Amino acid sequence: MRLPLSWLAEYTDLAPGTRGADVAASLVRVGLEEEDLHGGDITGPLVVGRVLSFELEPQKNGKTIRWCTVDVGQNGQMLTEGKHQEIVCGAHNFEVGDLVVCVLPGAVLPGGFVISARKTYGHVSNGMICAEDEIGLGEDHEGIIVLSRLLGEEKAATLQPGDDAIALLGLGEETVETNVTPDRGYCFSVRGLAREYWHAQGSPEGGYRDPADVVTPPAGVGGYAVELKDDSPIEGNDGCDRYVARIVRGIDPTRPSPAWMTKRLTQMGMRPISLAVDVTNYVMLAVGQPLHAFDVERLSGSIVVRRARAGESLTTLDDVERTLHADDLLITDGGERPLAIAGVMGGASSEVSETTTDVLIEAAHFDPTTVARSSRRHRLITEASKRFERGVDPKVTAAAAQLAVDLLVAHGGGTVDAGVTDVDRTTDRTAYLLDVTEPARIVGVDYPRERVVRILRDLGCVVEESRDGADDTHVLVTPPSWRPDLVDAPDYAEEVARIDGYNNIPSITPTPSDGRGLTHARKARRVVADALAGAGLTEVLSYPFVSEDLADHLMLPADDDRRNAVRLANPLSEERPLLRTSILATLVDTLRRNVARGRKDVAIYELGLVFRPGGPVGTAPVPGVAARPDAETLERLYAAVPAQPRRAGILATGQAEQAGWWGPGRPADWSDMVAAVETVAAALAVPVAVANDPAHAPWHPGRCARITLVDGTLVGHAGELHPKVVAALDLPARTVAAEFDVDVLVAASAEPVQARPFSTFPPALTDIALLVGSDVAAADVEAALRSGAGEWLETVVLFDVYEGERIEAGHRSLAYRLTFRAPDRTLTTDEVNRFRDAAVAAAASATGAVQR
Amino acid sequence: MNPSESSERTPMSGPNTNYDPVEVSALDPANIDGAVQDALSAIAAAASLDELKAVRIAHQGEKSPLALANREIGALPPSAKAEAGKRVGHARGRVGQAVTARQTELEAERDARILVDERVDVTVPALRREPGSRHPIELVAQRLVDAFVGMGWEVAEGPELESEWLNFDALNLGPDHPARQMQDTFFLDPVDSGLVLRTQTSPVQIRTMLEQEPPIYVVAPGKVFRTDDLDATHTPVFHQIECLAIDKGLTMAHLRGALDAFVRIMFGEETRTRVRANYFPFTEPSMETDFLCFACHGEETWGTAEPCRTCGGSGWIELGGSGMVNRKVLRTCGIDPEVYSGFAFGLGIERALQLRHGVRGMHEIVEGDVRFSQQFGMGV
Repeated sequence: MRLPLSWLAEYTDLAPGTRGADVAASLVRVGLEEEDLHGGDITGPLVVGRVLSFELEPQKNGKTIRWCTVDVGQNGQMLTEGKHQEIVCGAHNFEVGDLVVCVLPGAVLPGGFVISARKTYGHVSNGMICAEDEIGLGEDHEGIIVLSRLLGEEKAATLQPGDDAIALLGLGEETVETNVTPDRGYCFSVRGLAREYWHAQGSPEGGYRDPADVVTPPAGVGGYAVELKDDSPIEGNDGCDRYVARIVRGIDPTRPSPAWMTKRLTQMGMRPISLAVDVTNYVMLAVGQPLHAFDVERLSGSIVVRRARAGESLTTLDDVERTLHADDLLITDGGERPLAIAGVMGGASSEVSETTTDVLIEAAHFDPTTVARSSRRHRLITEASKRFERGVDPKVTAAAAQLAVDLLVAHGGGTVDAGVTDVDRTTDRTAYLLDVTEPARIVGVDYPRERVVRILRDLGCVVEESRDGADDTHVLVTPPSWRPDLVDAPDYAEEVARIDGYNNIPSITPTPSDGRGLTHARKARRVVADALAGAGLTEVLSYPFVSEDLADHLMLPADDDRRNAVRLANPLSEERPLLRTSILATLVDTLRRNVARGRKDVAIYELGLVFRPGGPVGTAPVPGVAARPDAETLERLYAAVPAQPRRAGILATGQAEQAGWWGPGRPADWSDMVAAVETVAAALAVPVAVANDPAHAPWHPGRCARITLVDGTLVGHAGELHPKVVAALDLPARTVAAEFDVDVLVAASAEPVQARPFSTFPPALTDIALLVGSDVAAADVEAALRSGAGEWLETVVLFDVYEGERIEAGHRSLAYRLTFRAPDRTLTTDEVNRFRDAAVAAAASATGAVQR
Repeated sequence: MNPSESSERTPMSGPNTNYDPVEVSALDPANIDGAVQDALSAIAAAASLDELKAVRIAHQGEKSPLALANREIGALPPSAKAEAGKRVGHARGRVGQAVTARQTELEAERDARILVDERVDVTVPALRREPGSRHPIELVAQRLVDAFVGMGWEVAEGPELESEWLNFDALNLGPDHPARQMQDTFFLDPVDSGLVLRTQTSPVQIRTMLEQEPPIYVVAPGKVFRTDDLDATHTPVFHQIECLAIDKGLTMAHLRGALDAFVRIMFGEETRTRVRANYFPFTEPSMETDFLCFACHGEETWGTAEPCRTCGGSGWIELGGSGMVNRKVLRTCGIDPEVYSGFAFGLGIERALQLRHGVRGMHEIVEGDVRFSQQFGMGV
């Protein structure tokens, strides 16, 4: 919402010399965030110009410029060279004869941009034809300003080349733009903003003049017939609880809006259109009440406000035919023909036109929910809907209509009908019993009783002593009609704090007494992340959105749970409507991006949630919010949220170890991935087992490790990706990957590690070589050795694997070093030999191993 | 000089009990002195430990002149033994000391030479494997979490795919609330499933209040989602951290205290906050906080030739929204607002990262280019 300083000065006392920045700072103090400052930072000459001619000149860069001659009156080149202004212009949205805005050499535009005659595109351009954004009038940079479009034909007809455009467009004056939060609908008016500014000045006596403080005639006979017939109110609230209609007849449709009004509308970022429309907009900006002007000639019956019926439609002012919904509230002609979607937008059929002489001004109060829903349903956010949605003052209705008819009569001629329609079903706000010590308890500042009462009264509240009179800690507060947001003690506390000054709130560090530190899960997750980074992997983050064909690219079997993905109803891209069921699903994109940027060696990981609904997504209940939902409802609520396990994904390609002065490098292979998972498990002191997994997508069937806890619980998989997956996903050949369930490892590490004693006696070492079938897993051989070697086996190390000519085909030789140690003595050679033989025997019976 | 030369000058004498030691040529003082001088010169001339070893054999060994002289002593009459023994012993002692001294010298020289010989250029690359690193978003979140945990707060978390009720309704964002329209939400298919990708970490607050008895002091970091396209300032997936305190007697002053602690942790002890009113559906009263720009220390550079790049010239940086938990929200969670009050605040971690570490755009944070993470190592 914008606020021109001159307008603010009408309703409050603005000290001489007050700048826009001062006003913005004042408003910030009372909680209205500054959005922008417009105007006030232009030095002329900025003048009205008439385009006399232009030549099109195509340029080498593909652009075509216009070499224009512009009549700028007795300014610029006319004074110095006796000829019309010559200007290069890149825009194409104007014609010869159009009135435009020219900035001439010597001027300074917003941002300190100094204008001088300069050589460009082979000409000396003596200034610029301006676009809206260049002079701080708006955001538009689509083309230059054509004044007949900006100000209307009527207004433009009164202009002469050379007229000062700074005054014309109100650019000499500063306009503050503030952000209005949804609870402060009243601040969508100069009335509301001026009131806040007054508060920021300490609410001095008599320093605020309410523009809605006008005498309005009472409703009486002869008014236009209006019926409020809402037969299906939303949540019990009538769609319309007040409707004021006033008629002005005999307006001269050729009369333009007064200059001061078009200037203000322009400053506010609105386009002047015609007197009737400008007046409704002006009054809306002034007091916050959206108004609508109907052409009386185009009405045939009474105005009936009702809900839409099935099959009804309306062509709105923006020339869009809209199918109406039963919840839409309509203004209708005689109960039949829809004229407008209440509080959102009028219809084309009853619009005022350039021939309209008799105007019906509607000032109504519509239910915020009704308007919000219609606005959303029709994707129509209008100046009216914005205000109604946030709550319009139900008591300003008649005053707004009065202001409008007064302006119409004053500037368009005509007379006001004596009959006044005011169907008023609004109810008065009930008083709230406020404990005056409550603001202090909520805010933490010791506000005296008088301070609280004074602030509330300044805000427009009626504050009465509590009924029994004996209780001086409570007062009865009736909020002003424009503040629907003031309901209970915290609302009033905020107002007291806001007006007193938020910066008076002290800073007290809260001191919780029984914090238990990080949970085991969070600590363990950090260990996982740090261990992976310590293993040389770089942590990255990726978006969880995946395409539908990804599951195929990953070669997931038809019945794989990872195909069970959650689908978004409104994905950012239709190409990626699903949520990932694995980390690798999105990590592959990140790998590819790094490779595409010229990096050959990439080793990355990501920790995050994946989405595993495990079946069709159910429906989450939507309980009421008045009280805590019952246990059963909460149970259903939690249960409806799909499972989201936390997983880690790892991908690597290129060299795991670099080539260098020490010799050649080593490419990342499947074993790096197994090692990474084992490193994480070791970091958490969780023992894991590794087995060959010949059938787990997306891995290579011969190079995939299945990693489990010792009790068999699946941790994850690691190895090389399937060559077809690599091809389908356009990854570098031999890309290796791992993915594991972080939650499983975290849970497995929850119990404190129990220390085992270790011996200080000398170890006994013995080496064995076992001949096994090539399909026998080393992990199985090791397990068998361990099971047979007895309790004093300390370590088993596989130090050599041989396959080749010296041994039988289809076999390989595994060489192990076994280390034994007794807790209480040095083992004898005989003992060690016996243990070794037992280990070999166990391996032989379990795996068919033969000692070489 | 070699041992055979010196033995020429000291021919072996047979034992003779009647001879005066001076008359036994080997024991002749001049000869002994000569042998000592020979030995000392040879020792001094030994250029290596090997040469010294040979010198030692020649002059201290069993066949050395002094050893031979020593052997002659036995043949002397008792009256002469003492003097001769003393002379020879003294001579052998001198030679022995000289050998030891030279030995030490030569060993030191050798040791020094080995160190020189073993010199390498340690400036050649040493890292055979690139070190890994954490993502700075995680590190910033970790830093904030640690600071709050240090002050006695605990960490809470919740799912990213969340029920609409927990993400909106329970936070006083009813279906028609204007603020609900401000958030661009990813809805699940089918739309009536009542599930969304959470648009804020606030549903974690609701879960915490539903599941725990006050007092509650929790900090909830996490990923959130909005239907924004990626550009310099927006990303559809980003991170927030939120703090919630519910206790008896908490006021906005405690909220401000927590916010002050928060900015000091992130941006240094020098900074301070200023607060103003704002509106958020789940808090009442609500508060917006700015903190003093840590780069220009609050100096207004607006409109100057070089406005502060961190704060844009205003001297203050917007931190984020906060407020006292709306009583409606407390009631929805079964907490009696007559007994307990509380506050909540939050901010975007991406923004904290950008501010604290001068990250210019959003792209580098989300793209996963390893060069970005690698700048931050394992901690920031």
